[in-house]
Amino acid sequence: MLTDITLGQFFPGNSPIHRMDARVKIVLLFFYIVAVFLFDNNLNYAIMTGGAVILVLMSGLPVNMVLKSVKPLWWIILFSFLMHIFSTPGESLVKLWLFDITGEGILKGFIISLRLVLLIVVSSLLMFTTSPLKLTDALESLMSPLKHIGFPAHELAMMMTIAMRFIPTLLEETDKIIKAQQSRGSNIGDGNFLERAKGMLPVLVPLFISAFRRADELSVAMEARCYRGGEERTRMKQQRVHQIDYIAAGVFIVFIAILVAVQVLWTA
Amino acid sequence: MSIELKNVSYTYMKKTPFEHLALDDITLTIPEGKITAIAGHTGSGKSTLIQHFNGLLKPDSGTVLVDGVDISSKKDEAKAARRQVGIAFQYPEHQLFEETIAEDIGFGPKNMGCSPEEIDRRVKYAMDFVSLDYDAYANRSPFQLSGGQKRRAAIAGILALKPKYLVLDEPTAGLDPKGRDSLMSRFLRLHKEEGTTIVLISHNMDDIAQYADNVIILNKGKLLLAASPAEAFAREDIISQAGLEMPEIKTILEQLKVNGLGIEATSYTMNDAVLEVLEGIRRQGKC
Repeated sequence: MLTDITLGQFFPGNSPIHRMDARVKIVLLFFYIVAVFLFDNNLNYAIMTGGAVILVLMSGLPVNMVLKSVKPLWWIILFSFLMHIFSTPGESLVKLWLFDITGEGILKGFIISLRLVLLIVVSSLLMFTTSPLKLTDALESLMSPLKHIGFPAHELAMMMTIAMRFIPTLLEETDKIIKAQQSRGSNIGDGNFLERAKGMLPVLVPLFISAFRRADELSVAMEARCYRGGEERTRMKQQRVHQIDYIAAGVFIVFIAILVAVQVLWTA
Repeated sequence: MSIELKNVSYTYMKKTPFEHLALDDITLTIPEGKITAIAGHTGSGKSTLIQHFNGLLKPDSGTVLVDGVDISSKKDEAKAARRQVGIAFQYPEHQLFEETIAEDIGFGPKNMGCSPEEIDRRVKYAMDFVSLDYDAYANRSPFQLSGGQKRRAAIAGILALKPKYLVLDEPTAGLDPKGRDSLMSRFLRLHKEEGTTIVLISHNMDDIAQYADNVIILNKGKLLLAASPAEAFAREDIISQAGLEMPEIKTILEQLKVNGLGIEATSYTMNDAVLEVLEGIRRQGKC
């Protein structure tokens, strides 16, 4: 069923990672991604992988669900793996037609794939443990310095919030309309491309009408509550940095320090 | 024949943290030729239940039989059986989409493969049934109609399917009292003239008392009671457990009884109640 889709991947829970402030999570994620691209020796990869595994275990999420988030990018990972296997110069292990598979290539391909997997897993961890609302609030707060140069941070965040708020509603509505038309014998998703496109019409027309109606109702409701954008607005849910965030930041700094130390000692 | 559900269970969003058991081992029969009311509090599983009647939802376990045919199979026989059941969802006017009212009402018959003449005949029949003048409205856009007219046009779209079982999910929600009465009297006429079996979802117990031959009460996905209105309204414990209220007439009679009028307070329709009260007064006069 359509409404069975889990939106924004948020998976409620009460782990330390769930309890962290979203802004801190985003900033730490940013530095982790930089680290993944910056440090390039094998021991550091092991350490970063270990860090990611610990995070996943701490979050209390079902491990296969986290791994599933890699699935959409599976082909890109495979492609870059193959590219490196065949294009890295070195001692040839097997010769396939024009291409050599080298030991260095396998290692490099593996490391590139690992990089991608780490990026996806850790970023999806942020999506899994942070509700979409908290995420947009955090983005707004992080973007707010840009307000001084006229960047509409609040408006942008509000638009994102509204869009996300209405995705489940519209999914539900779509589901309802599809069922209503199916009850009238409409065969949605049958036939060739043209027939299927035509079959979508009985769903899309009512959906658009209801979306416009909802948008209209919402704007009237906001207007009636005297909403007028970002200036001097306070919020019901204040974002606060707690002890847990300081601990997380501290642990993360140590983590980065180790990575730097390993990198320096290795290359020295 | 009838619609029969045997041990039907259904869970929303299986295997996620949002998992929710909407129907729990439901076994019931909707007898042909009767008006069956399904009542229950919001979230009791009423809407989920009716979506099983024509195969929109497939039960996780259990079977649904329409006229003795298991509708979950892929055979033509099952498809024909599913077509016997017409469902008008809540706020059916939200499903209007065609350029003209006649085309919208003809959408169902067209999907069923009716000939253009037959479609035309059915559109006229359905529009006549909901009192939309064919000559005046057939070629107008459904979006120009008033709220009540839209509702009637949308319901005509279901009636044009000529279903043997007509399932109505809160058909009068959001209508004014006059519109409510006129719509309900149309369904009643359909029931009497065509012998259409009607399944009515409502949490208005007055409506149920007035129209239903059978009452099914759901609570949190479980079947609490399936009985005649007389039996159902005698079980105040079950009605209040389901978060519903007794019909107003019955409540008034109960109050009269408590205040000393010698009646049993068993009636739940206007006529019976009047007779019962008169009888009570007559008896009291004699003493």
